[in-house]
Amino acid sequence: MKRAVERHLNILEFTLASLLRRKVKNLSLLTMYLLVIFMLASLVFFVTALKREAAMILNDAPDMVVQRLVAGRQDLVPAEYAAEITRIRGVTAVRPRLWGYYYDALNGANYTVMASDDPNTTSDKAAIGAGVAKVRNLAVGDLLPLISYDKAPLMLEIGTIFPSASDLIAADMIVISPRDFHQLFNFPSGQATDLAVSVRNAKELPTVAAKIAVQFPDSRPILKSEILRTYQSVFDWRGGMALLILASSLLSFIIFAWDKATGLSAEERKEIGILKSIGWETSDVLLLKFWEGIVISLTAFLLGVVLAYGHVFFLSAPLFAQVLKGWSVIYPNFKLVPVVNAYQLAVLFFLTVVPYTTATIIPCWRAATIDPDAAMRY
Amino acid sequence: MRRSLQFLLFTSFGLLILMLLPLHAHRAQQLSVAELRGQSFLLKSLQLTDLCLVTEARYTRHPAMADRHSPFQEHPVALEHFPSGSLILPPLHGRDKP
Repeated sequence: MKRAVERHLNILEFTLASLLRRKVKNLSLLTMYLLVIFMLASLVFFVTALKREAAMILNDAPDMVVQRLVAGRQDLVPAEYAAEITRIRGVTAVRPRLWGYYYDALNGANYTVMASDDPNTTSDKAAIGAGVAKVRNLAVGDLLPLISYDKAPLMLEIGTIFPSASDLIAADMIVISPRDFHQLFNFPSGQATDLAVSVRNAKELPTVAAKIAVQFPDSRPILKSEILRTYQSVFDWRGGMALLILASSLLSFIIFAWDKATGLSAEERKEIGILKSIGWETSDVLLLKFWEGIVISLTAFLLGVVLAYGHVFFLSAPLFAQVLKGWSVIYPNFKLVPVVNAYQLAVLFFLTVVPYTTATIIPCWRAATIDPDAAMRY
Repeated sequence: MRRSLQFLLFTSFGLLILMLLPLHAHRAQQLSVAELRGQSFLLKSLQLTDLCLVTEARYTRHPAMADRHSPFQEHPVALEHFPSGSLILPPLHGRDKP
């Protein structure tokens, strides 16, 4: 046992010395490998955490949202729809939602303006998201001037600023009273943007949706399960960012594997020949190459995964945030709750370490089985 | 110390940190429960349907409420011109309904 350990230690010692002899080549290989794993792991962590957050937060979304379509576009829903839908058996409540977008010409930002039917919401007061407060440099008690659709100024006093912890749902929000909402958008009374429908039994949701669709052929009911599914697939592997990173990672691994599988350099072949001529067994040479693969790939894997964890969960994924930001003026601080499990780590390990180590062994086995003299003369 | 032992120590340290990651994540999840309750209250009271991931276009700000073809609704030959439109998939509900 001790002898076997000593043998491995000696071969590892030789491997490290051999890798350090080609310091520049191996360090650049390690850096590239590390970057590939870092990007792949960051994407896996980011998407998994985002999906978990979406599933947990949107669990409290309305059971169903009913929209109205006119000429293929979403239109306002008349109040009569709400009254009719309330009469459908199984429906417990129908809340007309008033919401829209406000383009701020001062800074080019888009705000989501929403009317709250909370009786405590008073007119001329607003609750705003941390993103809005940041771009407009506002504090509680300040006035937020908005220009209404009939070009009259609407002065809103900031009553609340949502904490930045709720950025993921409210960074760009301005919550005002229904009266201010009607005034701001010159919104017709007796209409709503859409309807939030509550149903007593979740199993009845498809039946209620079908009844609404029959009763109002111009309506489009969206179930909570569809909202949840949208977010579960929002960064699907077919999505742009995921596909881009997966494709570049895959391409990098193909290049790594191709480089290894097409054979060893003349210097490496010569080294194998010398080792065999001084008495190394084929198994020793294979063990040497196995350790070489392990040293590079395991180091890249460990560093890549740990750095990706820090990048996504401690630094709020600045690399991805820049990609998502696009033309947005307000963008949330992606303070995601970490999600890591053995399955993710195992997938990353088998996707990265195993193919590289295998690709290192095969050409080496070919070189190690030929005559030492021929290997040295190669 | 031998170089091989140094490497093994470094790797063991790395593996230890790797094994601590799920523990850290679990602890952070427990701590975030109260925060999440506050967010759920806001979500429930306003009946919100979407996460605020991107604010540049309405169909990426509220993907669950958008049509599959909303990026192309601006005018008859409109092309997608928001970067986030190429990153976020269209909603699922548009696949089987108009």
